[in-house]
Amino acid sequence: MPDLPLSPRTSPTPDLVVVGAGIVGAACAYHATRAGLSVTVVDSGPIAGGTTGAGEGNILVSDKEPGPELDLAVLSNRQWRDLADLPLDDTTFGRAVELETKGGLVVATDQATLDGLARLVATQRAPGIEAVAVPTDGLRDVEPHLTHDLAGGYRYPQDMQVQPMLAAAHLLRLARRAGATVLTHEPVTGFLRAGERVTGVRTPRRDLPAGAVLNAAGTWAGQVAALAGVTVPVAPRRGYILVTEPLPPLVRHKVYLADYVADVASDSAALQTSTVVEGTRAGTILIGASRERVGFDRTVSTPALRRLAAGAVRLFPVLRDVAVIRAYRGFRPYCPDHLPVIGPDPRAPGLHHACGHEGAGIGLSLGTALLVTQGLTGQPPALDLDPFRPDRFGPEVPR
Amino acid sequence: MTHPCEFEILFDGTPLPCRDGWTVGAALTAAGIRSWRDTRHDGRPRGLFCGIGICFDCLVTVNGQPSVRACLVPAAPGDEIRSQQGTGR
Amino acid sequence: MTGQRVDLAVVGAGPAGLAAALAAAEAGVSVAIVDAGVRPGGQYWRSPDPGAGPFRPTTLHHGWRRFATTDARLTDLAGTGRVRRLAGHHVWSVVAAGDHWSVHCLRGAEPRQRGTPDPVTVHARRLVLATGAYDRQLPFPGWDLPGVITAGGAQALLKGNLVVAGRTVVVAGTGPFLLPVADGLARYGARVAAVVEANSPVGFARHPGALLGAVGKLGEAGGYAGRLLRHRVPVRHRHAVLRALGTDQLTGVVVGRLDRAGRVRAGSERRIACDVLAVGWGFTPQLELALQLGCATRVDVDQSLVLAVDDDQATSVAGVWAAGEATGVGGADLATVEGRIAGRAAARSLGAEDVPDDRSTRRRRTALRGFATAMHQVYPVPSALLAGCADDTLVCRCEEVSAGRIRHAVTELGATEARVVKLLARPGMGWCQGRVCGFATACLTARHAGRAVTEPDLRAFAERPIAAPTSLGDLATPPDDGHPDGEPA
Repeated sequence: MPDLPLSPRTSPTPDLVVVGAGIVGAACAYHATRAGLSVTVVDSGPIAGGTTGAGEGNILVSDKEPGPELDLAVLSNRQWRDLADLPLDDTTFGRAVELETKGGLVVATDQATLDGLARLVATQRAPGIEAVAVPTDGLRDVEPHLTHDLAGGYRYPQDMQVQPMLAAAHLLRLARRAGATVLTHEPVTGFLRAGERVTGVRTPRRDLPAGAVLNAAGTWAGQVAALAGVTVPVAPRRGYILVTEPLPPLVRHKVYLADYVADVASDSAALQTSTVVEGTRAGTILIGASRERVGFDRTVSTPALRRLAAGAVRLFPVLRDVAVIRAYRGFRPYCPDHLPVIGPDPRAPGLHHACGHEGAGIGLSLGTALLVTQGLTGQPPALDLDPFRPDRFGPEVPR
Repeated sequence: MTHPCEFEILFDGTPLPCRDGWTVGAALTAAGIRSWRDTRHDGRPRGLFCGIGICFDCLVTVNGQPSVRACLVPAAPGDEIRSQQGTGR
Repeated sequence: MTGQRVDLAVVGAGPAGLAAALAAAEAGVSVAIVDAGVRPGGQYWRSPDPGAGPFRPTTLHHGWRRFATTDARLTDLAGTGRVRRLAGHHVWSVVAAGDHWSVHCLRGAEPRQRGTPDPVTVHARRLVLATGAYDRQLPFPGWDLPGVITAGGAQALLKGNLVVAGRTVVVAGTGPFLLPVADGLARYGARVAAVVEANSPVGFARHPGALLGAVGKLGEAGGYAGRLLRHRVPVRHRHAVLRALGTDQLTGVVVGRLDRAGRVRAGSERRIACDVLAVGWGFTPQLELALQLGCATRVDVDQSLVLAVDDDQATSVAGVWAAGEATGVGGADLATVEGRIAGRAAARSLGAEDVPDDRSTRRRRTALRGFATAMHQVYPVPSALLAGCADDTLVCRCEEVSAGRIRHAVTELGATEARVVKLLARPGMGWCQGRVCGFATACLTARHAGRAVTEPDLRAFAERPIAAPTSLGDLATPPDDGHPDGEPA
């Protein structure tokens, strides 16, 4: 049975309860309020307290192969660019959330990898991705401190970066200004039902009846879904990021090795690292990216830190004497097929999902929010939702 | 200080008296120098604060290496100490 | 060979660490003492290089004989190979590696200096963390002016270099520690214009039991007070420094009288000229290594985040003990006693049989802990002082974050706890990683959120997966002894 479209209305019972105050929940709350829906956001912790608070702020199109995720990335990219110009207090949204349209630079260490990259670039053109070939001797014009011994690379002007915690906070603030309520430190402990239908959520403090419930609980979305009796196989994939001392501008783009794309797409549970280096507005340089599936283990992994450091020095020898002053870890919401879960859940009418974005949730949040809002208001979706169906994994939970 | 000096170090080109076992921060303090760094946002002067390697306010350039803690680094004869601005780089 | 294998690694060579190392070594286990300082003693028994000038330890140190005896015994045991003294070793990471702990160290007095030796890793079957504490700070207008230093910093300059921080000094904040700082400065030629103490020792009258248990402590404080009197140093109780004056350098301070609630009394403000202000509001324990290992914490009487330990000084993580300020700020005597208990317990767990009975040591610990608790109650941080923190007061010195930006993160951006304030407004994100502004940011966050400070607020500024700045080059260099340094396979 398809969901009944929600119509804008004002009542003590909100049209939508969003579970999760991370970037995806924030973006959905923002979009839903803009569409005229009344929204309550509820989170077991603070705002931006989960994976959003532990990312780099990637808004990338370069690292995706053609397919539904790239289509979603392109849709989101456009949304970020539009939102950047929105006036906000005495500045713009883009400036408030440190949105930088700096572009990405993907480099290859050898000819074979470069050839593979060239093939990827060729397939990315049709979905609208711009990529400019940069020959070996041109790399240092683009990034003056790059190592000499690279085979070449491609510049992706559409890649962007944002300060993800500020982005989530400001999206929630815009939603609040449009009437949304944000409840923090209030875990969802169960769902309200009317027969099969989900009619709200329960917390230790109250019942929150709602027209619909959106599961935007990120890495914890599987646990929220289970409370509604449905399976969404989101698992944590741990990542570390190193942060350097503040430096003068040294790295202009988001620079990464071409093997990053393969690592992201890998299904291995073992530790994988691929070098990603980028500067920030604050002057620090962020160094990623490690991936390992070790549950929610929060202890420090020195091998992961060492491999990140080695990769960064390999790409930018100038960084050898630069100090790392901080490292942080996060748990990406990993789905077995590396695609997010978006849209209404036919197994539990009234329940929608926006989760499982793995390491791309910051970038994909706005496009996801658009699709979710279109679903809630009965608009035709901007993208085919079939690849993101919540029930696509079957009854078994692959781990 | 009334101690006889045992060697000299240079601070922004000026010789300062120094004793064995002193940190660079101690030598600067003994010479009455209070600040040797400007902050990167507001350009405010900074010098010794915690004195034990915790706060990183006393960062200074030693023999060409930026952002060394003056309160920890031992002074050695002939050291060239330079004040630093912003990130020190 | 950069790997070292021992039964027990003791991190910290202050009163707690030295006592733990000696107790364990005397029980027959092999011990490595890993310490960032170039000379043993920690902050408390910091001493100058002989070249710095003539030095009579009793002029600056309490309990020096205990230190000298312990140090000499450890030197003897080092001669037999049972003890390894790893000075100038800054631990940046401790991780479990199968059946042992890997203690990753950077070397040198300042490892950031070019040309320091390669990093090393110590492999130990057991750990005692005796990582100490540093001065706790509260922001106030002008506290970033050169000439404003921590009380411990003034003490370190004197003890470690025999250098007096300035000509005319005001010592301010709260706690008995201010007295030895003022006394040392006066003895070595500074004019101490005032000791400005926010509380009053009269409060001890409410804790007679705690005093009986630690009579020596009173004599110690009395001795400092008498000497300050002889140096004609005025001690102003129930006063606080409200502002530091000067444009590019400190020229004086404004002090005010506090009422019982810690609020400034109207009309009580007066100026004191000085070129140095040495200020401290108690201490913040250093917990990053323990937190890397996942040790449980609690909030102590003085609002410090400290490690939760049992009667044996064992932390919640098997194989890891803790002693000294890291388990609750309480001074050198308590640290020594705790260190001894921890060292013996670690030795017993390694199968040592000839370990002395601890009963009297444990009784002494109870008495000293009681005194420390009373001390914290008598010398609280006046919360009203932070309440008066204006929007333009600098809070984070590294990232130059004002109190107003912290307020904005809470009231406008929706942050509800200190960790989120850190992510949104950047206090604690700079070089010092919140060591200096962490307590104040936690308190300000709680105040704006309309609640008391919580353990998670404090933890947000105590967890550091990398405990010391490490160059990417050093970080990229794996230990060369072929030992796996990561998690258990």
